[in-house]
This record gives sequence, C-alpha cells and structure tokens, in this order.
Amino acid sequence: MNAAGQSVPRADGPLKLAGQAEFTGDIRVPGMLYGAVARSPVGHARIKNVDTAAAAKADGVVAVLTGDDLADIDPYYGHALRDRPVVAIGKVRFAGEPVAVVAAESQAAADKAVLLIDVEYDELPVAASLETALAPDAPLVHEKRARAGAAHGLGDLPDADGNVCYRYSFRRGEVGRAFDAAAVVVEGEYTFPAVYQYSMETHTTIAHWHGGELTLWSSCQHPFLVRQEIAVLFGLPLDQVRIIVPFLGGGFGSKSYTKMEPLTAAIARKAGRPVRILNAVHESMLTTRRHNMTARMRTAAAADGTLLGRTAQAWLDTGAYADNGPRVTATAGDAAPGPYRWRALDVTAHCVYTNTGPAGSYRAFGATHLQWIGESQVDEVARRLGLDRLEIRRRNLLRPGEEVRPGGKPLDADLIGDVEKTAAAIGWPESPASHPAPAPGLASHTEPADLMRPTKLRGRGVSVGLLAAGAHPVSMATVRMGPDGSVTVLVGTTELGQGARTVMAQIAAGVLHAPVDKVVVRGTDTRYTPYDRSTGASRSTTVAGLAVQRAAQDVLDALTETAAARLEAPPQLLRPAGGRIEDPEGRSMTHAELVRARFGFDGGELIGHGRVQPEGGSGSYAEGPVFWEVCAAGAEVEVDTETGVVTVLRTSTVADVGKAINPQLVARQDEGATLQGLGNALFEEMHFAAGGALLNDTLLGYRIPAFGDIPAAMSCSIVENGDGPGPFGAKGCGEGALAAVPAAIVNALADAGVPMNTLPLTPERVWRRIRELKIS
Amino acid sequence: MSGRYGVGGPQPPSIGAGGPQPSDAGIAASPGTRAIRDESGTETVRTTINGEKVTAEVPAEELLLDFLRDRLGLTGAKQSCEVQVCGACTVLVDGDPVSSCCFLAADVDGREVETIEGLAGSDFHRRAAEAFMRHAAVQCGFCTSGMLLTAKALAARGIGGDRDQIATAMSGNLCRCTGYVSILDSLTEILGGDQ
Repeated sequence: MNAAGQSVPRADGPLKLAGQAEFTGDIRVPGMLYGAVARSPVGHARIKNVDTAAAAKADGVVAVLTGDDLADIDPYYGHALRDRPVVAIGKVRFAGEPVAVVAAESQAAADKAVLLIDVEYDELPVAASLETALAPDAPLVHEKRARAGAAHGLGDLPDADGNVCYRYSFRRGEVGRAFDAAAVVVEGEYTFPAVYQYSMETHTTIAHWHGGELTLWSSCQHPFLVRQEIAVLFGLPLDQVRIIVPFLGGGFGSKSYTKMEPLTAAIARKAGRPVRILNAVHESMLTTRRHNMTARMRTAAAADGTLLGRTAQAWLDTGAYADNGPRVTATAGDAAPGPYRWRALDVTAHCVYTNTGPAGSYRAFGATHLQWIGESQVDEVARRLGLDRLEIRRRNLLRPGEEVRPGGKPLDADLIGDVEKTAAAIGWPESPASHPAPAPGLASHTEPADLMRPTKLRGRGVSVGLLAAGAHPVSMATVRMGPDGSVTVLVGTTELGQGARTVMAQIAAGVLHAPVDKVVVRGTDTRYTPYDRSTGASRSTTVAGLAVQRAAQDVLDALTETAAARLEAPPQLLRPAGGRIEDPEGRSMTHAELVRARFGFDGGELIGHGRVQPEGGSGSYAEGPVFWEVCAAGAEVEVDTETGVVTVLRTSTVADVGKAINPQLVARQDEGATLQGLGNALFEEMHFAAGGALLNDTLLGYRIPAFGDIPAAMSCSIVENGDGPGPFGAKGCGEGALAAVPAAIVNALADAGVPMNTLPLTPERVWRRIRELKIS
Repeated sequence: MSGRYGVGGPQPPSIGAGGPQPSDAGIAASPGTRAIRDESGTETVRTTINGEKVTAEVPAEELLLDFLRDRLGLTGAKQSCEVQVCGACTVLVDGDPVSSCCFLAADVDGREVETIEGLAGSDFHRRAAEAFMRHAAVQCGFCTSGMLLTAKALAARGIGGDRDQIATAMSGNLCRCTGYVSILDSLTEILGGDQ
C-alpha cells in the first residue's frame, strides 16, 4: 500500500510517549551559562542610567549585557521593519522590553542577579491602546521611520504617519454606486482582542560562539530566515551562522521569524561562553502575541440578496515593534471582502504601533481577525432580506477559477460544497423538532423583549472564508538512499507538532514505493539541511512536500536507470513497487540491490535533489498565493440569558486539502484549530493597563481551552478534490478552522438572538448585550 | 520585572550526585514535616525515584521539577506555566499526580517519585502508548508525559469508563495542539477497559 494517503502512525510518537523527545530546553551544552532578562516595568520611558555594577559582582555572574555593548554592530533587527534593538537602547517602548541580560553559572544565580540591576527611567506619555496611539496628539512610539527589513515582501512602505507603520489598501469598482443601488446596508464597529498563542514550550534559545562562528539551538519555526537576520546583525557570512532546531513544543506562529535569538547571541558573545535563555510564560506573552484590532465595515446588497459592495477599515495593534504586523495587516485586508463576488470594494488596514508587547503571527492571522465580521454582516443581510443564510452564500460565493483578487491566483476550491458540508454536519437544514425554535420574538434581535426570560437559547451559524497560503514558494530538499535501502530526507520544515516529519517521510516513501518505516526525517541543521523559507502559512506539505517529492523522484530515476541496465529492460516499462523496481515480466531488484549494483560494492549512496521556486513570476505576495486555504466551519451554540454563558454544542469544519497525505493528522489539525478558535471566540484576551503593563500574564489569569471545553460534537470533513499544487494534488491545512470557528460561533449566537460586535464572548459582555437589547 | 519563579540550580545529571547549592536566605521553606535541615539552607532528601534510591543535598527552595531535570537529567517532565495550571510538569509522588513546578524537592524526602522515564516500559505505558499512537493523540509531545502520569493515577483510583468523568479528572492537564478529542478517546479506552 502506498504510504502517501494513509493514516500511518507518527514517526515521533514513541519517542514523545517515552518522554525522550529532545526539546531545546532539554539540551545541556558543555560550559553553558543561564540567562535572565531585566525587563522594563514601564510602558514608555527614556533610559537615564543602567547600573549593572552590583549584578556583575553577584555570585556566579559571568556577564551582564546592556545596549552599550552593541556599539560595534548595527543592533536593529526585524524582518519586516528593522525597528527593534537587540536590547533597549536609550528608550523603552513597552513594559517588558529587555533592558539588560545577565549570564550566570546557574539559573538561580542569574535570576537573583538580575534583581540587582538598577535602571533609572524618565517616563514618557504612554500609548497603550489603539485609541490613544491614534489620537491626534498621541505620543510617538518610534520617532523615526524604520528601515525595511530583509523579508518584508510588501512592496513600497508608506511614509511615516504618526504611529501607523504600515498600511494596506485597495479599491475596486465604484463604491458609491454600489451602495446607492443597495436595498439593504449593514454596518458596524467591531473589536478583536489581543491573544496569546501559548505554545506550551516557551521560546528557548542556546547560543554558542566558537572560532568566530555562531551556533544556535532554538525553538524556531523559520531557521533559515533567523539565520539571515542573525548574520546581518552580527556581520557574519550566512555559513558561519548555524541553527539547529530540535523538536518544538508547539508554535502556532509564535516562533516564526526572529524572537529571542539576537538577545541570546549577544549575551553569549559578551560572556564568551554558551548561554541559554528560556522564557517564562509571562516573558513569552511579551515576546509575541496576536494583534488586537478595531474595525469598521459596511456591506451593501440588492433586494434579491446579491452582494454589491463592501467597505472596511481595520486598525491592528502591533505593539511596540512591527514583528510580522505588516504581513498580518495585509492578510487582514485581503480577508475583508470574504470569498464573494463584489461590484465594488474599498478596504484599508492599518498597522499601528502602541506601547504594548509586540504582536506577530498566530495561526490564521488576518483571516481570524476579519472573517467573523464579514460573515456576520452576510448573515445580517440575509436576515433583513428574509433569505436563508446558506442560500445567500450559494448565490454570492466565488466559483472555482474565479478571480479572488486582481492579478492573483484564481480560486482553487469548491466553496459552496464546503459550506454545505459544514452546515449538514451540524444538522442544518433539519427537522424543527431536533432544534428548539427560539422563543417568539427572538429570531430577530429587533424584538428582544423576551430576552429577559430565564432560559437558554440556541442558534446555528456557518462561516466561510479564504486565507492566502504558502508564503514565498521557495523550498529545497535532499533525499539520500544508502546501500541498505534506508532513506534519509533532509528538509527544512520544522516539526512543531503538526506531524511534518511523518508527512515528509510518507511523501518520499510514496514516490519510491518504499516502506515508510525505512524513511527517516530529522530536525533542521542549517549547516546540512537544504534551504526552506519557513514553516508557516500552511505551506509545509504543499511547498516543502513538493521539494521532497521531486527529490525522491530524482532518486527513483537513478534506481530505474540502474534497474534498466541490470534487467535489460526499457526504463519506461519499469515500475516501483514494495521497495523494489520491477519489470512487466515480474523480474525485480530491491532498492538495496540497486544501490549496491550501481556502485559495485556495499557502499555509496543515491542523492536526489528537489527544488521548488516561483514559476512564471516573482513569487510575490501580489501574484500569489500558492493556494487558497479554505476557512469553513459550522457551530451550534447555547446561551444562558441569565448568566451570559455561551456553550458551544457542536462544531464542524472542512479540511479542503486536495489530497490528504495523512487523513488522521489532517483531522487533528482541524480539531486543534477548532479548540483554539473556541478559546479566541469565547474567553482568551490579554489585558494591558493604561500604563502598558500586561495584567494577566500567567495562565491563572489567561485561560486557554481545557478538556471541559470540548464541544459535545466536533466533526471534520476532509475534502479531496486533487486541486492542490502540492505533492499528489495536496494543499495545506491547519489554519482555516481557526479563522472559521469564531465566525461560526458569532453567527450562531446572533441566530440565537444575541448579535455581538466584540470578542471574546465573555459571560459579562454577552450578559450586558442581552440587557442592552432589552432596553434598546 | 525579573525572570522566573523557579530557583533551582543546574548540576551534572547523575543520580545522587547533586551537591549543595548556594543558600537562598529569606525564601521560606514550605510547611510540612522535614527530617533534616542544616545551617547551610540545604536539606538531605532520601527518596526513591523510578524505583531507584536517591540521596541528595538540595537547597530548601529547590523545586522538584528542577531537581528532576537539572540534577537527575530526567527531562521528560516539562516546564511550562509554572503556576500549576498546565500539567506539563506532572509527576507522581506516592502515586498522586503533583505539579513538580510548584512542589519542593525537599518534600519528596521519604516518598516515592515516578516520572515518565519510570513509567515507560510498564504494562500501563504499553497500553496507553498503543492507544495514543492509534488515535494520533501525540502532537508536539510537550504535554504527553503529564497526560500519561495523570492517567496512571486515575487508573489506580479506578476512575474510568465515563468520558465526562475522565474529562473532569484531566482538567489539570492542558494541550494546545490536539483539541483533546484524540486524547480523551485514548484515555476512555485505557481507563474504561480491563484494568
């Protein structure tokens, strides 16, 4: 049986079940010191003085680093905007910003010494919210415009405009005419919270300088992009920066791009010994988070339900440093129209600096921000026109091959089929008996009088959207086959829990028709592993997987060539099967026999190369994406009108993956994303004080979904239309459900009679809304 | 705004070889009976870890998680939330699941500790691993050790069979990857089956 397409067991399962999988925090490098970071307690201030004398003299301390130690390098980094110093220089811009680092012989010694660092601050006015940062007289988080980073990929950056560091906008058609022609216009203002990704393994990095070269062990998703930034920062050639990536304890975007690596490398450089920095959770929360956002949207529709026009403005709070904010902002802008046919659009998304912890990538960014807003307006249009909410989507959804955005990839998915599957999976349409109708007057929130009745109301919702996936399509892979027939795949995809190593092994085994347990995939070491742009944007199976497929094919071609010579058969008649190459007469040779035959002894190896690069274009964001990831979900909720508690009863998602290389792992992706979506929708929210301090900086105050939050029924439908650009017709998955589930929950709650414009849907917020509707 | 809650120090990872650490004056030891307490602020811990007798001098404030990971090299227990919420650091002390991030090493004096390294190879682990593999209930693996150790404690208490009961009992173990369903499916089989 071919390994590609089967739910083969995870290759890393036994190691992880035995507690033997090695994460960065499990590694002890000889001579390693332990770092502790002194962080600013204030949100915005000039640094008058940093006194490290007492810390430097403390027991066990080897080195203390401050901004003064970086005079010999250009100490700013940031892949989008080079706006971030390795450690604060002259000024702090958020509460939690690193001001100094101590390296000591033990963690305890470092933690004690860091308390002895005395920093004098001259406090400045703080802009810790979008509202204050966008006010006319707002304090500027950055006085100067930052240079573009090496991997921003966003075209020309706009001129500086207060605290707005990036803007993404587009207009299509004539918006005024579209709205003039409308029978119904829905509009609203919306708020989305700051959210913490919470990968259970916090950011962890070990830096070791040796002979002028720098080695980093790091919990990073994009080792090759980190290598590039570190090389530029410290003025090293790329090949003198080596990044080794052990297993990651989750990522979800929080470990994308460069995080703790510059600080760790800088303190190790000063200490002259290896140093580890292992974040506490409260430090990781201030290392990266999801953007909070405010947005305004208007949707115009004709009387027959045809969608005519939409305008949207969004302001995304990227915190004190841009991180991936510009890309998140652009993706949010692209998500604003939703996957519909429009006559006119006018969309602008702003990326805004504030004096809070930096915000970057988190699974399904941009789409999660906007889909719930756009989809709630589609539902509201249907409600006002008396149309079925599935029917309005059937009428307006884009069809395969239609343009999603000008100049970009046309739609490569069956969205109507997908949304109908999500609806059917939550029993919609269904007989009224199994779905208690809302009490009289509750189907429309224009008559909320009965909401005060102590009762539980139920509603259902669906949502559908698209996420530009694949990032820049550049990945390389090498497949090596030894004289015993064993296969090693070298590919730069990071195993962060999604099952990438298992899937890459399946792809190679699938091409070679080799037993999957003969194929080994190890972690990335940039010294030996071929280049891969990144592990994110649902790209690994599609882009890196395609490189692995091509590399395996290269090996298969060599095997076939040797078999043709040995079996004296035309190569085109030879077929791979069961770890062998066989001819039509049933004669065959095993992989091991073929490798040995080729080299004439029990040695040598076949090396296959695979390369994916932009075809017929630059691979830029505008020309992309590599594929459109479908974000479709359904939800049924119950709301207790006495308490405001929302319970998610049922969810359904669709993984429209072209071809599932490992169906079980696909389902796990959707299940995990569903629970994260549930957390994002119902209760996850970071709170920053007016002075910029993060108030709920532990899991005691920041709750994530637990066993008890699983909906009574969760379903995932896998759609395999073979329409992906990846190996065997595959396209990536894993993010769509996170964008779609909150939107489906919001729509279900509105269906129950409680439309909401602010996430998360905490009991208090929902309760207040219920009271507000009663008195309106 | 300094570093972290944990204060344990690193030592070479060999069982019984942990030496005294600099004392942390002012950090109070937790209440409870304690056999030995000397002037240096260290305590002698005589414990059994995964069936092996271990004697060590530890600082009074050293956390069990740091003791296991840094002194003994038993890295299967993971540090994550440090506030006894996530369960990644779960180990068994006299059969009870505890968050080793909030449990003093000195408090295992005279008691038995079981970690994932000890559980691995047992019949319970074999059955659990088989179910977790079949349901693909392992993803990043950071929560897995804690899940299995809590599950073993549930098995010992006869908690099982009822899915909701298991979900409630497992509420101290978080997983951010799987969405829990596959873990719950596995545990329902393991705990509901023949014990």
